Amino acid sequence: MAELTRRKLLAGSLAATGGAALLHKTVPHGHPWEAQAADQHGAHDTVDHGHADFRDNRTVDHAANGFDPHEILRDFDWGTTTRTAGGQVIREWELYAVDKEIEVAPGVKFAAWTYNQRIPGPTLRCREGERLRITFANGSNHPHTIHFHGIHPADMDGVPGVGAGQIPPGGRTVYEFDALPAGLHLYHCHVRPLAEHIAKGLYGAFIVDPADGREDAEELVMVMNGFDTNFDRANEMYAANTIPFAYMNTPIQVKRGELVRIYLVNVLEYDLINSFHLHGNLFHYYPTGTSTTPSEFTDTVMLCQGQRGILEWRFQHTGPFMFHAHQSEFTELGWQGFFEVV
Amino acid sequence: MEGRAATWSELRSIPAWLLGLVPLLLVALAIGAFAVLDGPGLGERRGPPVEELAVERTKLTPGVIELTIRNDGPDPVTVAQAVVNDAFAQFSGAESPIGRLETATVRVRQPWVEGEAYEVALITSSGGTFAHEIPVAVETPDNDLSFFGLMALLGIYVGVIPVALGMLWLPWVRRIPPGWLRVVMALTVGLLGFLAIDATLEGFELAGEGSQAFGGIALVLVGGVVSYLLLSGVSAWLAARRASASGGTLALLVAIGIGLHNLGEGVAIGSAYSVGALALGAFLVVGFALHNTTEGLAIVAPIAHLRPSLGRLVVLGLVAGAPAVLGAWIGAAAFNTSLAAFLFGFGAGAIVQVIAQLAPSLRDDDGRTLHPGAVAGLLGGLALMFATGLLVSV
Repeated sequence: MAELTRRKLLAGSLAATGGAALLHKTVPHGHPWEAQAADQHGAHDTVDHGHADFRDNRTVDHAANGFDPHEILRDFDWGTTTRTAGGQVIREWELYAVDKEIEVAPGVKFAAWTYNQRIPGPTLRCREGERLRITFANGSNHPHTIHFHGIHPADMDGVPGVGAGQIPPGGRTVYEFDALPAGLHLYHCHVRPLAEHIAKGLYGAFIVDPADGREDAEELVMVMNGFDTNFDRANEMYAANTIPFAYMNTPIQVKRGELVRIYLVNVLEYDLINSFHLHGNLFHYYPTGTSTTPSEFTDTVMLCQGQRGILEWRFQHTGPFMFHAHQSEFTELGWQGFFEVV
Repeated sequence: MEGRAATWSELRSIPAWLLGLVPLLLVALAIGAFAVLDGPGLGERRGPPVEELAVERTKLTPGVIELTIRNDGPDPVTVAQAVVNDAFAQFSGAESPIGRLETATVRVRQPWVEGEAYEVALITSSGGTFAHEIPVAVETPDNDLSFFGLMALLGIYVGVIPVALGMLWLPWVRRIPPGWLRVVMALTVGLLGFLAIDATLEGFELAGEGSQAFGGIALVLVGGVVSYLLLSGVSAWLAARRASASGGTLALLVAIGIGLHNLGEGVAIGSAYSVGALALGAFLVVGFALHNTTEGLAIVAPIAHLRPSLGRLVVLGLVAGAPAVLGAWIGAAAFNTSLAAFLFGFGAGAIVQVIAQLAPSLRDDDGRTLHPGAVAGLLGGLALMFATGLLVSV
């Protein structure tokens, strides 16, 4: 699909597609004071959609960043597989750490540390009981590790001083363990200073499917994060999948009645908690995805750093529905978006 | 030796202005070569760019917070995003990088509410943030004719009228014996001394707030030195034109010094009013009237033994008081902390110069300056200014 942004939709002619007309009708427009201010001074030519957003509703250059949060949503990395003589599946990935400048907000560059040149790192996906082999090469100028959540031997824990310990620049190691237990986990660097190594971008989602799988669904990954661009140990911006407001400018398309499943991971550094709130619907919540029985039927969940869970629901109505952190500060600093239900 | 003498005599035939230019030309040549060769031997710049932004002016209109910002640092600064009270906000202006010492105006759309506090943070292209606090949001008055009229009235209330009233002490100072007149002169010096200290401190405070690129606190000191030297020059020139440094000249110098001080005072009042930090109550006007009435006394004391015409007295009063009107206009319409700091220093320097001029008139018959009467007068002047100063704080 061509780069069709909300801004273009709103600014475009009414005679455009039905979707555009629908959006135009239903998305709230600016407050009276905004229209007045704009009229008086003629300073803006963009349509104000009434939500907090970046200047002129611009977004970052995804191509230059090398990743797009819209693609990350549905990008599950299954790695490559072989089988042992005994029949066990061996699933392998190659991850490398690399320093990379990322445009985290339009016009704002951030010297990030990444796994495989993207933030979050690849969403590693496997099945319960498989043998996992992750080759880690450190191409960064700093020592790093990969610390996986889950059940594994101590020497595969990816922390300094144990097993391979921290991997120096230019070094490499292999983390190997069985995929246990089924659920939604995460991985991240565990080198001191921990907050910096995580906040700079070294984290990703790690999904272990139950041996018998899950019900078919429209599956989405959201890693809730933020960026401290001025190094004052407080975040200047918040997002799901790195780029603030990304799903405001281009909503996530889903179908009415279809099961939606979100793998939600919170890695946010410097703030005590994060949250997810869905408009116009409630969802079943499976903490850590380790049980098949939901703990709650709700529209808001709260997660501390490292906490994660699976959300499932079906949209009853078409139209744009917001989702965002229910800390208003995070919301208006970037962590908000729209589902476009068709 | 002969050869050297010949060389010097040859040089003598070259016009003097050309010889004066030679070092300048060489400097220009060296700088040019240095720039063309890209600073040989210095290598690459280390570290990230240094970004500095100072907010010079804040203007609030319904739904809009407008900031005039100046790049205070050595490197260009690009404003990428704006955040108001922890929420990204739409804004216009500062589209291109702001060069060193250049200014830009950003207009941030924000439904601000009167009386509430706001923090506007500008995020630069490197991720740095510059936060500007608006402690109490109040709509900035329009700079229309009625506003300038109001500022003029304010200037007249706090500057012209009190000074004129103070000058009515003239008949009294004429009648008192010379010993008492010296005490009054000492009182005047005390008043001025207080004003000089007050203006300097106010200048330092202002200089600390705004852009530092133009010198900050140094501006206050430079302003003081400049006005001291200018007034010294003027007084020497006046003295040369007239046979003696008469009381009339002294009165004019005092009036100029006080006028420059009132200019700074007007700037402070005007700017405080325009940002809503000043309530134009009767208390303030009464306070300034008492405070500035003493300035009138300072003007008439040196001319106690003369019989100045009414017109001359009016001129002296206007020279001392009217700059308050001009200051209020500047402060309200084009407030700039660097300029205001300079003006405060300028006023302080003028007053110091006036004190230097007045000092000889304190001498008693034995030639002592700090005789008991003078000391009592000086302390009285300081005390009077301190007490009346408590009534006004801008």
